[in-house]
Amino acid sequence: MTKVGVIGAGMTLFRRRLEETGKELCFEATKMALDSAGLTRGDVDMVVCGTAPDAFDGVAMKGEYLLDGSGGYRKPYTRVFTGGGTGVFSTIAGWWHVASGLADVVLVVNEEKMSSCQPHPQSVFAHIWDPILDRPLKPNLVWIFAMEMNRYMTVYGVKKEDIARVAVKNKRNAVGHPCAQLADPNITVDDVLNSEVMAWPVQRLDISPPSDGASAVVLASEDFIRKRRIKDRAWISGVGWCIDSTMWTDRDLVFPEYVARAAKHAYKMAKIDEPRRQIDFAEPYDPFDYKELHHLEGLLLADKGEAPILTREGVTERDGKMPVCPSGGLLGVGNPIAATMGMKIGELFWQLTGQAGKRQIPHEVHTGVSQAWGDLMQYGSVVVMRG
Amino acid sequence: MTARISRWPGVELSAADLNERKVTQTRFRPDAKYAWSAGEAMSRFLAELQNGRLIARSCRRCERILFPPRMFCEECFRPTDEWIFIQDTGTIETFSVSYLDTDAKRIAEPILVGVVSLDGASPKMGMMHFFGEMTKDEIRIGMRLKAEWRPPRERQGSVLDIRYFRPLRKGEQ
Repeated sequence: MTKVGVIGAGMTLFRRRLEETGKELCFEATKMALDSAGLTRGDVDMVVCGTAPDAFDGVAMKGEYLLDGSGGYRKPYTRVFTGGGTGVFSTIAGWWHVASGLADVVLVVNEEKMSSCQPHPQSVFAHIWDPILDRPLKPNLVWIFAMEMNRYMTVYGVKKEDIARVAVKNKRNAVGHPCAQLADPNITVDDVLNSEVMAWPVQRLDISPPSDGASAVVLASEDFIRKRRIKDRAWISGVGWCIDSTMWTDRDLVFPEYVARAAKHAYKMAKIDEPRRQIDFAEPYDPFDYKELHHLEGLLLADKGEAPILTREGVTERDGKMPVCPSGGLLGVGNPIAATMGMKIGELFWQLTGQAGKRQIPHEVHTGVSQAWGDLMQYGSVVVMRG
Repeated sequence: MTARISRWPGVELSAADLNERKVTQTRFRPDAKYAWSAGEAMSRFLAELQNGRLIARSCRRCERILFPPRMFCEECFRPTDEWIFIQDTGTIETFSVSYLDTDAKRIAEPILVGVVSLDGASPKMGMMHFFGEMTKDEIRIGMRLKAEWRPPRERQGSVLDIRYFRPLRKGEQ
């Protein structure tokens, strides 16, 4: 199998509403990623596009729609979609194009424009529910998070204030991110606990916002990286993905087994048998604050029910023993679903190549893991990268 | 290269920019309607709801009683074997107290909603539904419940033939 490295990354601002079209956002992120790798579109063999449900943009065949902006014109091009898991999964799809020996250079471009859907993208989220079992109850997407969070809190006796610490940490970390939508240097645990109750136990500041944005990364084979003498690269050393049943009312929501399976696959590939010792930092998916904790446990970086304790003890702060979401995550930078690749894969690349600027982890880091999550609480995608 | 990049593209708009048409834009309202045939398992499930009963399917190989019922076992990947009635009593696995309606609009009187695992089905197997005859302060995980059915002539073969699940009354198990 060919060794694959990430050699460039780019992203647009993340905002509730951006003026540019999806295609224009893709062009900006893609151009930035190519420029940062010192490549042109001519160097690119194949392109992978990641983007979530067509209904957000109101354009079916969204992959085709975004093609020109993604640099895929007249090239082998594939759109992939695994719900919120797309943010990490599209890079896995890009990886296998190169690892298989089929391509030397692959562009991965992710886009989401949620503001087009009026008055709020929430109405489109309704389409994910089972039409017979769930939809007659007129569910709101926040319900599933509230139910999962409540189960997690109740089984392990987790206090809401320990969960709120995640929102505080990530929104503060995002202060150093030039694209951030919801960075806040002064936010406190009390702000989160006093914010509007939306669907208890979920409150306003427990949630990441809907956003517009695009991000892109460039992947290349070891041969190509050597021949072009590319210095800034981070190697993809493990990948894993797994999905559980859509019958989500048939399983205990307290632990994301599918994330654990994806992580074990990625760790085995990366020859990691003691993840807590061998992984230096993590970018788990944090659309809600408790999800970061849930996913740290799924990633086997904390024992079951232990992630809130690690957070309280400061272990997951940027200068802690195992920094988590040093980018600011979805809670701080924003949540344009697939485009969150900018914080998950992009941040691993920037941290591992020492380019994260104000967000740079102050101690040396060699191995990072990123993870995304989606669908009806059932999908996990995991990538391990090394400097 | 976040440390080396000076220009981050993107022009932010406000809600007013769009709503008051301050930016050039175009609009479209889809007219999409759907009718789903319920299929083999769900058709029987919905018919039994109309009869005031909950029905599951068994898989002989993994010995699970599968609810909601399906015609094949996703674990053993073989057809399921028999129809089995289960009870309309169960346990709250998790819940939410929602101040959001389906479109994320705020509502004053919260909706109590969650997952109820049902007696007679395999452990943890259940459905999402509403909870009633309890306050938001009384509801808790582990609470024992029974279905509150609509009167027979009001039932339509829908999960809404159960109005909600309510706490067990004296003498109920």
